[in-house]
Amino acid sequence: MADLFAVPAFGAQPEEIQPNLYGLTIDTELALREYLKLNMKIPMMGRIGTLARIFDFVATAAPGVKEILTIGKISWEAGLDGRESSEWDLIVVDATATGHIVGQLNAHRSIREMVSVGIIREQTEEMAELLEDPGRTGVVLVATPEEMPVSETIDLYGRFTELTNVDIAAVVVNRVLPELFTKAEAEIFEGMRDPSVTELLADYLGHDATPMLDAAELAVTLRRTRGEHLKRLRERVPLPMYYVPNFFVKSQGLRITRLVAQALSEELS
Amino acid sequence: MNPDGLAELISGKEMVVTVGSGGVGKTSISATMALHAASTLGIKVLVITVDPARRLADALGVAGLGNLESQVSESAFNSAGLPIRGELWAVQLDTKRSWDDLVMRYAASEEEAFKILENPLYQGFSARFIQSHDYIAMERLYDLHSQGNYDLIVVDTPPSRNAVDFVEAPKRVQEFFGGRLLRLLTVPYRVGGDFGGRVINFAAKPFYRIADQILGSQFLEDIAEFFLSFQSMYEGFTRRAAAIETLLKSRQTTFVVVSTLEPAAFAEAQYFCELLTRNSMPVGALILNKVLPEYLLDVELGRKAELLSDSSLSKSVAASIGVAGEKDKERMLSRVLQEIAENFTNFQTVALREAEEERSMRYRPDVVAKVPFVPTDLVDLDGLSKLASGLFGDGSGEGGTGEKGLTPPADLEARRQGRGRR
Repeated sequence: MADLFAVPAFGAQPEEIQPNLYGLTIDTELALREYLKLNMKIPMMGRIGTLARIFDFVATAAPGVKEILTIGKISWEAGLDGRESSEWDLIVVDATATGHIVGQLNAHRSIREMVSVGIIREQTEEMAELLEDPGRTGVVLVATPEEMPVSETIDLYGRFTELTNVDIAAVVVNRVLPELFTKAEAEIFEGMRDPSVTELLADYLGHDATPMLDAAELAVTLRRTRGEHLKRLRERVPLPMYYVPNFFVKSQGLRITRLVAQALSEELS
Repeated sequence: MNPDGLAELISGKEMVVTVGSGGVGKTSISATMALHAASTLGIKVLVITVDPARRLADALGVAGLGNLESQVSESAFNSAGLPIRGELWAVQLDTKRSWDDLVMRYAASEEEAFKILENPLYQGFSARFIQSHDYIAMERLYDLHSQGNYDLIVVDTPPSRNAVDFVEAPKRVQEFFGGRLLRLLTVPYRVGGDFGGRVINFAAKPFYRIADQILGSQFLEDIAEFFLSFQSMYEGFTRRAAAIETLLKSRQTTFVVVSTLEPAAFAEAQYFCELLTRNSMPVGALILNKVLPEYLLDVELGRKAELLSDSSLSKSVAASIGVAGEKDKERMLSRVLQEIAENFTNFQTVALREAEEERSMRYRPDVVAKVPFVPTDLVDLDGLSKLASGLFGDGSGEGGTGEKGLTPPADLEARRQGRGRR
């Protein structure tokens, strides 16, 4: 993530990336220490270390504990835990992988099922309220128009609606290829595959032009294949959909972030 | 690069473990290697997949079969135009069921097994314990290998939260079940027997006191009970985990790292290579998947692309394709030429970046194979057979991007014919 902003890696505390934009990395072990310090009022850090190690062990074994720590940290940043308000107007969470996200957002349920008393139970109630309030929390699914990502997104959408009460706000489709030719233009392009045209181009350029035609055909085929997946996604996931084009640029860091941000703000307006 | 290296590598091993980050085509590559081995060598091959795309599962005939191994039919090979000298079997790993089977098999008694299976925490553990997917895949692998029914087993590893999980799964599970922390956690329950000693021990230690406040004692009791009932299997777990580790590090096994040349995936693949090597697990090959065609690297042509916008060229082409004088079509043609030029420059930018990425490779295994980018989906047997020609250079039309058999597509016609077969 830090690479995308061309800054050094963020730590566990919010760090300013640029005016009005801060970043932090959630480290469950640190979150646990923070949690114990806040809730148990233990003064000695050394002691917390040992305790945190043991808790970390429990968290590894007991389903939901690690997940709730992550959600807990996010909720803390969102201003829960009895504070008047959050320091932030908007929190964007780059969530865990597709296979784990439903479990993470449902961690409070596992905890509620398993833990009948204790501080953590009360706290998870608050977290559940935050997560399940569509006015405050929305999930954005991100996909690329390819076979597996689209299938996974459709599957994820199904699991979200079936298993959670969390609102899914939108789908962002990344790396959408532009339509290279209209139907009429495609016919003209087909005509250009004739050897006489290839020779003419080669003469004019002083260089074999076949690779350029091959590359155009590659783009057309790719667009067609991806278009089918996009269609499938639209049919199966009835949500507002926003498109980000595929950017053919050399650099991958901040440059791409800016291009995507610009494309998204155009889509949203 | 040794173009025959991958085939040689695979034919000399009993186990091939494929690793790579999500979206690089790891499952397809695993299936392809297995398919190729069954097709060209007279051996019995098993491919273990975790979560294949539905169409791939259908193609292999493993969809909905749970944990059962099934043979890919001869007619499937025939319809994909592939010879078959050996046998190809496939199995889709079901994490939950594999854990259940493991418990049934290794618990001290049937009664003990049911006690574990019925424990409310067990379900969560088997489905969600961070390394349980990785671990159970290794258990199944070990199990299938020790049965001795196959000459070659190809394992498509589960997508991990991070690279370390998979490699370290056996070690972590060993630590987990054999560790000091587990003993510490269950002490209050063991000392008094039947939870009798709990009160005294529990209150005496700050950890238990705090844990009690936060999680509630019932939860802690449940956890301890779960671990205690697992106790009868600790020894078996640690013993097999050690055996699995030995197997992974042996000469019978090779790891194949799959990646694309996308910066993030490639960086992770390099990290994988280093990590495996550090853990004494042999990386036999790196497979670069979806590599853009080499013709895109023609920088001179890239420089000449803008000439396609010349109006004099447009006029000559218009005459050549017989649309001269038709104003609309002439305008269209000139736009088509511009699009062709721009598209080439675009793809060239990416191809050059990827080539640069490849040159920067820090870790280079003996075998580096490249699979050309194909703009269509390769998720049926026919697709896999095309992927196999790219990967192993069988010369059946779809070509690869290396030397000898791994050459780029000869020309568009050959690629068209290749597509026509689909």
